[in-house]
Amino acid sequence: MATQVVMPKLSPTMEEGQLARWLKKEGDKVSMGEPLAEIDTDKATMEMQALSNGVLRKILIHEGDSAPLGQPIAIIGEPDEDISELLKTAGEAKPAKAETAPEKLPESNAAPAVEEKAKEPEPAANVSGNGGGVSARPDGRVLLSPIAARMAAEAGIDFKALQGSGPGGRIIKKDIETAISSKRERPAATTGLRPLPRSSEKGAVYGPSAYRDEPTSEMRRTIARRLVTSIGPVPHFFLTIEVDMERAAEMRRSINELYPDLKLSINDIIIKVAAVALLQHPQVNASFQDKTIRYYEHADIGVAVATENGLITPIIRAAELKSLLDIPGEVRELAERARARKLKPEEYTGATFSISNLGMFGIEEFTAVINPPEGAILAIGAMAAKPVVRDGEIKVRQTMRVTMSCDHRVIDGATGAKFLQTFKQIMENPLYLFIG
Amino acid sequence: MTMRDALNLALKEELARDKSVFLMGEEVAEYQGAYKVTRGLLEEFGPKRVIDTPITELGFAGLGVGAAMVGLRPIVEFMTFNFSILATDQIINSAAKMLYMSGGQFKIPIVFRGPSGSAFQVSSQHSQAIESWYAYFPGLKVVMPSTPADAKGLLKSAIRDDDPVIFMEQERMYGMKGEVPEDEDFTIPLGVADIKREGKDVTIVARSLTVPTALKAAEELEKQGVSCEVIDPRTIRPLDIDTIVESVKKTNRVVIAEESHPFCGVAAEISAEINERAFDYLDAPVKRVSGADVPMPYAKNLEQLAIPDVERIIAAVRDVSYL
Repeated sequence: MATQVVMPKLSPTMEEGQLARWLKKEGDKVSMGEPLAEIDTDKATMEMQALSNGVLRKILIHEGDSAPLGQPIAIIGEPDEDISELLKTAGEAKPAKAETAPEKLPESNAAPAVEEKAKEPEPAANVSGNGGGVSARPDGRVLLSPIAARMAAEAGIDFKALQGSGPGGRIIKKDIETAISSKRERPAATTGLRPLPRSSEKGAVYGPSAYRDEPTSEMRRTIARRLVTSIGPVPHFFLTIEVDMERAAEMRRSINELYPDLKLSINDIIIKVAAVALLQHPQVNASFQDKTIRYYEHADIGVAVATENGLITPIIRAAELKSLLDIPGEVRELAERARARKLKPEEYTGATFSISNLGMFGIEEFTAVINPPEGAILAIGAMAAKPVVRDGEIKVRQTMRVTMSCDHRVIDGATGAKFLQTFKQIMENPLYLFIG
Repeated sequence: MTMRDALNLALKEELARDKSVFLMGEEVAEYQGAYKVTRGLLEEFGPKRVIDTPITELGFAGLGVGAAMVGLRPIVEFMTFNFSILATDQIINSAAKMLYMSGGQFKIPIVFRGPSGSAFQVSSQHSQAIESWYAYFPGLKVVMPSTPADAKGLLKSAIRDDDPVIFMEQERMYGMKGEVPEDEDFTIPLGVADIKREGKDVTIVARSLTVPTALKAAEELEKQGVSCEVIDPRTIRPLDIDTIVESVKKTNRVVIAEESHPFCGVAAEISAEINERAFDYLDAPVKRVSGADVPMPYAKNLEQLAIPDVERIIAAVRDVSYL
C-alpha cells in the first residue's frame, strides 16, 4: 500500500526542516531503512530513512524547500499503484503541531501509545516518515504494538529508545526481540549496576539538565503535606553509610602517577560516582514541584565551596558523562572563580543534587542542609584509617562516612538507602567507572 | 468421497438411526435434490420421511417448527439459503425463540440446511453469504463445514442436536473430494474449531469456501518464509473463540478470510473478540479479507474480484507480518 513520507522530527527542537538533498529519484526502488534524503534541521544536516518498501513514486518538495513537521514530502508505493488519492490528501494535509517546550522530554511518552487515526489526514492514507533515532512521531506519540508494549515491560526495556521497524515507525515484536537479544549479549553484571552512560567527548559543554515532570501521586502529596507540618517546608531526613575507600584511594594514587598535573582529588571521584549512581536512581535526581515531581535527565552536581563571603555551589553539569580527567580541572576552575566572585548565575543555579565535603577539616560525619528545590545533598566526612572487621578479623582500612539529607517529599527512606548502596558499591569497586 | 456424497451419507445414516427424523423441501424427493444431496433417500425411506414441498419457504419452515414442537426432528432443505430469506420469520421469530419464550417447555430440534455463499455466475440474488444474519440471533446454531469429513460429522451432530441449527453448505464445494470416515458413530461436536494447518507466524481464520483458499495461500507463504496457522471454526455459533485466541497468543498476527460482506460480518465479530481477549498479544492490527461490499456481480471477471482469492490472502498476511 502506498504511504506518504512526512517531514520527520530529527532534533528535539526542530519545527521545520529544509530538504538539503534527495538521495533517491522518482521511480527509484527504496527499502525500509534506506537513506531517502538529507534534511537540514535547526541543528545539523541529517539523513532520513525510508520507513516502507516500494518505489519513490512522487517527490512533493524540492531541494532547498522547507516543510513543517508532519507535512507530506514524498509518496512511496508500488510501481503501478494509484496514488491520486494520496496526492490529493498530501495537498490538504495539515502539518502536525510542533513541540514547543524544547528542554522537556515528551511527557506523553510515559504511557504506551497507540496510533491515533484521527490525527492522520485521511483514514486511508498511512503516514510514514520520521527517519530519526527514536520512534516518537511529530506529535510526540510513540507507536507501539500491544505485544511489543507487554514484552518491553516484562523485559524492562525502555521502548522510547528504540527505532520501530513497523509502518509509520511502529515498534513491533521483532524490535523488542532484537533489543532483548542485544541486551543479553552484554555480560550479566551480578551487582545490579547498569552500564555507564557513554562518556562525553573532551571539552563538551552542557547546559542545565533536561527533565520530565510527572504528576505528583496522591500518596506523595499526602506524605508531603504531613511531613511539612511536622518539620518545616523541606522535611529532611538523614541516612549515613560507611564506605571502604581503599580501592578509591589506590585508584586516585595510580591516576595521579600517570597524570601528575591532574591533581585528582577524592572529592572529584565522589562527584563522578554520585552522578553515575544518581542516573541509576532517578527518584533521587529529582525535585518536588508541588503538583509534579521533576525528574532530571542528567546529574548536574552542585559542589559546595566555602568562600570568604560564605557558601556557594558551582555546578558540574552532566557529571555522569564527564571523565575523571575533566572533572578536577573544571571543579578547580569553578572554585577559583567562586572565591574571586566571578561566577555567572547559571554556573551556580539549577543543580539537581549537591555535595558538601568537610573532610579536609577532619569532620568525621555531619548533616548538610538541602538547597531547594534539589531533592538531596550528600555530606562527605573525612577519609581516615580505622580498624574494621573483615572476615572475622580486625584490619586497618581507609574508610569514609557519608550522610545524605533527603527531601522526604520526593525521596523515601528506602529509595535513599538504595541510592547510597549503589554509591557505596561503585566507590568500593571504582573500576566500574571504566567499564561501559 | 465428495462433499455431496458425505452429506448424503450423513442424512441416510441419521434417517435410518432415528425414526423421528424426516426431510422436506423443494425437489428433495422425486427430483432427488436440486444439487443431488438427497439422492436415493425417497427410495430408501419412502414419501412419509422424504417429502417434496411446494415453493412456499415460509410455509414449510413453519411446518417444520410445528413438527419439532411435537417431538419430531425435521430437516428442512432450502434449495439455497437465498430463499431462506422468505422464511426468516419462522426461523428467527419461531425456531430461535420458542425454547426461551415457552420457559423451556418446547425445544426445537430442527435443521435448516442448503447451499449458501457464492455460486457460479448466478448474480446478486442467488449468490450471497448470509451466515452473519443467523449467527446474530441467540437461539440459533450456525454450522459451516469446509471438508467432506467435517460435513458428515457436523451434519450428524446438527440432526442430533436439540436446538435449531442453520447448516450452510457451499454450492461451489459440493464436488470437493476428501476422506470421509464410514463409521456410523462418527460425529464432530458443534462449537469446536479445527486447526487445518499448524503454523507459528500468522493465524488465518477461515470458514467454508475460504478454508481451501487459505490453505493454498499458506502453502505459498511457507515458500516465502511465513508460517501460517489456518483455523476453521466450523461452527460460527457457538464460536470456539478459545482456539482462535490460543493461536493468536502464539502468532500475534491475524487475518480473517470470509466470502461474506465485511460490514457487520462474522470476521468483524471475531476481530472484536480477539481485541477483547488478546489485545496484549497483538503485534499488528487484525486484518480482514472479505467479499466485496457490493451485490455479487454477474460478469465472471467481476465475480472473481468480489470473492477473496489466494493472492489477496497472501497480501493480507504479508501486511500483518510487516513484509
